This record gives sequence, C-alpha cells and structure tokens, in this order.
Amino acid sequence: MEKKLTTPITDDQIKDLKIGDEVLITGYIFTARDSAHKLMVEAIQNNEELPFDIKNQIIYYVGPTPAKPNQVIGSCGPTSAYRMDKYSPYLMEKGLKVMIGKGDRSIEFNDVVKKYKGMYLLAIGGIGAKLSQCVVENELIAYPELQSEAIRKLKVIDFPAIVAIDCNGNSIY
Amino acid sequence: MYKVERKDVIENVKRMMLYSVQTLHKEVIDAFEKASDEENNPLAKSILDKILENHEIANSKDIPLCQDTGIVVCFLEIGRELVFDYDLEEAINVGVSQAYIDGYLRKSIVRHPLNRINTMDNTPAVIHHQFIPGNKLIIHIAPKGGGSENMSTLRMLSPSEGRDGVINFVLETIKNAGGRACPPLIVGVGIGGNFEKCAWLAKKAILRPLDDVTENEIDRNLEIELMDKINKLDVGPMGLGGNTTCIGVKVNSYPCHIASLPVAVNLQCHSARKDEVILVGKEINNTNNR
Repeated sequence: MEKKLTTPITDDQIKDLKIGDEVLITGYIFTARDSAHKLMVEAIQNNEELPFDIKNQIIYYVGPTPAKPNQVIGSCGPTSAYRMDKYSPYLMEKGLKVMIGKGDRSIEFNDVVKKYKGMYLLAIGGIGAKLSQCVVENELIAYPELQSEAIRKLKVIDFPAIVAIDCNGNSIY
Repeated sequence: MYKVERKDVIENVKRMMLYSVQTLHKEVIDAFEKASDEENNPLAKSILDKILENHEIANSKDIPLCQDTGIVVCFLEIGRELVFDYDLEEAINVGVSQAYIDGYLRKSIVRHPLNRINTMDNTPAVIHHQFIPGNKLIIHIAPKGGGSENMSTLRMLSPSEGRDGVINFVLETIKNAGGRACPPLIVGVGIGGNFEKCAWLAKKAILRPLDDVTENEIDRNLEIELMDKINKLDVGPMGLGGNTTCIGVKVNSYPCHIASLPVAVNLQCHSARKDEVILVGKEINNTNNR
C-alpha cells in the first residue's frame, strides 16, 4: 500500500518511511539536472538568491521532452542521481528535503541524507510516458537557456516513487 | 548504376526516428511479457508491468517512451552499385534534425564536450558505414540513451585471461552499472579487433534481433553462458533485484593481434529503440557519361 506525501515535506511526513516503501507525491516539485545544479551551487557560493525557495521542497532529476501543443509536458522519467552527488549537499544545507532520481548514489551520500534528515526517492527509469500522466501543471521558472535542463515547477498528483535512502541514511542498494 | 534519392533518405530517417522513440519492437515486448510471467520478485514484476504499461501509453498518447530520446546512432550498409551525387551523412543529419524539431523530441547533443552548448536539433548523429554487394541502401538507426551508454565499458585484456576473463569483465560491468543503466538490458559484447573495432562490434551487437543466432560457435556458446550468468546476478529491473537483468546477450568477434584481447561491453537499456529500412536504388541512365 503506497503512502501519500504532500509538498512541502515536513520531518513528520518522512520520519517513519523506510527503504522500499512506495510513496505517491502530490503537490509541487522542481526539476533540475546537471547544469541547473551547477548554476544553483554557483549562486550559493556567490551569496546569491536561489531561483526558488528550496526549503522543505522536492527536486526531481529530469529533463523532459518538450510538450506537444495539446500536452502539459512530454516524456518525463528520472535521470541518474549519482551525477548530482557533489551538488546536493549545498542544496540540502539550504533546506532541500527530498530528491527523486534513478540508480544508486555514492556511499558517502547516505550520511549526507542522514545529516539533513532528508530522503532520496527512486522513480522508475524509462517510463517517462507513464509518469507524464501524473503532471497537471508545468511552469518554466529559471534558466530557460538550459532548454530541457531548465528549472520547472511541476504540479503532480500521485507521482509514484520508492524510498531508496531514508532519513536515517539507510540505503536500498 | 543505381541511385537512392536524397529526399528518400531524409524522409525515412525522420519517419524511423519518430516511430522508434515511442514504439518498441514486438520481440522486446514479448520478452518483457515473458519475464513478467516468470519473475519471482514482486517488485521486479511490478516494474516490468509498468514498463509494458508505459509502452501502451507512449503509443496511444503519442509521447516518447523515455525523455532521453538519445544520441542517434546510424549504421549504413551501402550497396556497391549505388552512386551518390549528394552528401549522404548530411542527408541523415537533416532527417535527424527534422525529427527532433518537428517531433518535439529532446535535444541532448552539445557541440563540444567541454563547452556544453546545445546544438538545438540533436545533430550530429554518430554514423558508421560499410559496403555490401548490390544496389540497396540499408539504414539502421537507434536513438541511444545516455544512462546505459555511460555504464558501457572497454578493456584491453591480456590474452592469458582468455574466455573467463571476458566473462568476468562482462559480469563486473553489469554489476557495477546496477540500476543506472536501466535494466532489463540487452548486452552487446565485442571481442577482438583493436581498441576501436571492439567498441564498434559491441554497438553492432545490441542492434541484432533478439532471436538472431550467430554462426560462430565460440560466440554462440558465450552468448548462452553469459545470458544465464547475468540473470543470476540479482541486479533485476532498475537494479532492485530479481531474475530479469537482461533479455538478450549478443557477442560479435573479429580477428585480433597476438598480444591483445580487446573486450567492449555496450549496454542497451530496456527502452531498446531502433528501426531499419531498405531503400532500393533506381537505375539511372548514364549513357551521357560514357
């Protein structure tokens, strides 16, 4: 039985979630992958504002295909999470709570998740057509020059994911 | 002498790209259905069923199977009796460009690996060619995702490591890749040749039909043994365990140097998209040139 999660994410919502638990996310999530992470970390290092209030939010590692005229979004499955390992601690320090991606992360990253009482969720890779059906709003909010890697604010309903690293740093891998 | 028109190349490449990004070959669908029936691990079975459901949604709603619509790999088999009065590679790239722009596919190619500036139309494709007898042009295309490509490997083994060395290297590659390569995989193995030839062999291998049986006995036995051993690794769909880690292993080999045993392992994710077309050249009247 899947557990429901509603954004913004509080400690209470995730403290009892264990690795392997299936969750359904409803609310707003923010897209970012390699290039957007690089720019956000540069912004933090230069004491500049991040393009959105990241506190208690979810970042989804995805670069969707462009929406066709009658669609909210194109195909939008997860990309590999390990490439974000060196950027994520900076964002978690600013309050980022949950990340959604695919595949394992570095072993050291388990401790990072534990330190900030966050969570890493797995979405199933390669099923971007199915996952696009959970997205009801799609707004480009930052870095439009990055094209598919720009930051988008997505409104999702019952977006399915699996707990891969829980808030105590336990990993499914 | 025979000719295939430039516009036919462009139109066919575009058509194949748009088709393949949202449609898997029936043999791949059949393999996932069989795997789902036989899978003991409930989470693995649920992932396989979602992959099948994704295919139905992609087809019925006109959405790419995966947001990573790839780097385009193209193998050309060019009939020796054909003549070209245009740049064939340019024509392929025009077809790719039209497909990615008109078809709302993701543009994932950057102009230089270090400046990372997007080319905006997913060109250039990676194009390989070889000559064949006759008057046909055969075009194979595959939009190849970055995740599985990133986990592919090449190693120059010592000849003394032999067959066991090859098997261990393939298994190590798949274990290390885990969920990152989006299993269930099709595994292409190239053995022999030299540094670049074995990578080419591995890439060609992942485009072979799943039921294709190689004539070479050494390669055939290796395919059977690897298939069995890979599916016992318990990597499973998306790396979360299960007995479906790969749905096919294809081995291609080539003669090599006495000092070398090159091995390349190219991984194809479960979104195993590809297509091919055979264009028959039309005879051209070339009396004026005689």
